[in-house]
Amino acid sequence: MADTKAKEEELNFTKEQFSLTMIPGKFARFLRNCVIFQFIRFIIINVKMIIVVQKSH
Amino acid sequence: MARLIVLGGGVSGHTTATFAKKWLGNDHEVVVVTPNANWNWIPSNIWVGVGQMKKEDVVFPLAPVYAKAGIDYRQALAVSIHPDGKDGSDKPYVTIKYTGQGKEGESEEVEYDYIVNATGPKLNFDATPGLGDGNGQMGPHTVSVCTADHAAHAHSELMNIFEKAKSGDRQKILVGTGHGMCTCQGAAFEYIFNIEHEAKKAGVRDNIDIKWISNESFLGDFGMGGLHMKVGGYVVSSKLFAESLYSERNVPWIIGAHVNKVEEGKVHYELLDGTMGEEEFDFAMLIPPFSGVGLKAYDKAGEDITSKVFNPAGFMKVDGDYNPKPYEEWKAADWPRTYQNPDYSNMFAAGIAFAPPHIISKPMKSVNGTPINPTPPRTGMPSGIIGKAVAHSVVDLIKHGDNAKLHEASMAEMGAACVASAGKGIFDGQAAAMTVYPVVPDFEKYPGTGRDTDYTFGEIGLAGHWIKHILHHLFIYKAKLKPGWTLIPE
Repeated sequence: MADTKAKEEELNFTKEQFSLTMIPGKFARFLRNCVIFQFIRFIIINVKMIIVVQKSH
Repeated sequence: MARLIVLGGGVSGHTTATFAKKWLGNDHEVVVVTPNANWNWIPSNIWVGVGQMKKEDVVFPLAPVYAKAGIDYRQALAVSIHPDGKDGSDKPYVTIKYTGQGKEGESEEVEYDYIVNATGPKLNFDATPGLGDGNGQMGPHTVSVCTADHAAHAHSELMNIFEKAKSGDRQKILVGTGHGMCTCQGAAFEYIFNIEHEAKKAGVRDNIDIKWISNESFLGDFGMGGLHMKVGGYVVSSKLFAESLYSERNVPWIIGAHVNKVEEGKVHYELLDGTMGEEEFDFAMLIPPFSGVGLKAYDKAGEDITSKVFNPAGFMKVDGDYNPKPYEEWKAADWPRTYQNPDYSNMFAAGIAFAPPHIISKPMKSVNGTPINPTPPRTGMPSGIIGKAVAHSVVDLIKHGDNAKLHEASMAEMGAACVASAGKGIFDGQAAAMTVYPVVPDFEKYPGTGRDTDYTFGEIGLAGHWIKHILHHLFIYKAKLKPGWTLIPE
């Protein structure tokens, strides 16, 4: 019997509608909830949003 | 002393009225006419709809805020505008019908020097048979998150579904748009991912099928024709971004769909390819299409001039280019800049109440001829910015006379920030934080994507979540006119 090496994020590709898109892997999902990384992103997103707001007024 | 009447007390109307009063002081009068007793921070209705917030967390009474600001608040419905006055008087006025303040049902004529129509939309549930109750209200088969009350009701229905799923009864949830000409896909988009997140938290996700249905011709259109954003060093279409979100969460989709009938546990729809389909559900949240609130307009002789002032959908005509033209000829310059009515210089519209010159997404029709395309979003940040620009213009007209330069806020030159959460926790859940600049693509200025990709971006993570929390508190603080409120941008 062959070993199975199932990766959680890849299971949804078996559905035809999902098969041509991208699904984040383990590392990308880790970064989304990594507090230190997200704190840095928080600063960057805020700066970008403030610039957009300023350009819009 | 001049009098400004603002019709509507939502994001746009409230912004217009409060800034106008601040700048005009007590030398002039600002009157707000709104049928609502409360102000509602609508983006957080999503959290009410999944039980993460109470209705009381997203609304507050308008009366004390307006009393503090010196604004004359009339809790009433605007019925008709008479911009030329009436027999014996050239003074323009608006007729209103009270819905509160102990005067329910009473009518009144209120004269004005300037008027700003910021009524927001009518939730046109009855445009789809079965989506409404036939009397203009939401029907019994589906729920909505468009108002705080709707969202609270949606939460209670959703809990019933979770309970059934817990007891082993497989449930089917359908979320999206309830008509081919809806806007506000973003609200439904956020709601479906909040439901998915809460279902996981409750341990019932495996027993619930969740499906998306919308009038977008591709996922990620959002009524803006989609957008291209910088993600991970690439410039990618929002289609890929959105499809990834749905695929990751195992949420299949039906797109290019005009829901043409709703009945108990089932929607009927028509697709762009002309095929007809049905989808069953145990719980459905379908956004209704928007229309104008039904304001009428009359000239001095009492003749109906509604079609001169408003477009067929009931939105007020302003300084946009309304000449019909093919999609290939649409330009950023078609979009209004000052929001002044072309026939009456003392009349403006702001927020959802102004008539857009055309949609933003590529127009689509099914092979049967049914229009199926999202209508343009004009909520949130654009509503606030337009409201403030209009307030500025009116104040300058009052203070400096008819030749004062009007302030401009074209949607083709302004951006928007959107944060769509999935969950509410500080350390769990995620949000898609997006900015788009400009809202209406300008292919002359930005050939290729129509937008500045340095300022059009999107990413998913806790950071967006924190921003959504901050925005919730910040904008309610601002709307309550607490110290420093003017420093908080729209």
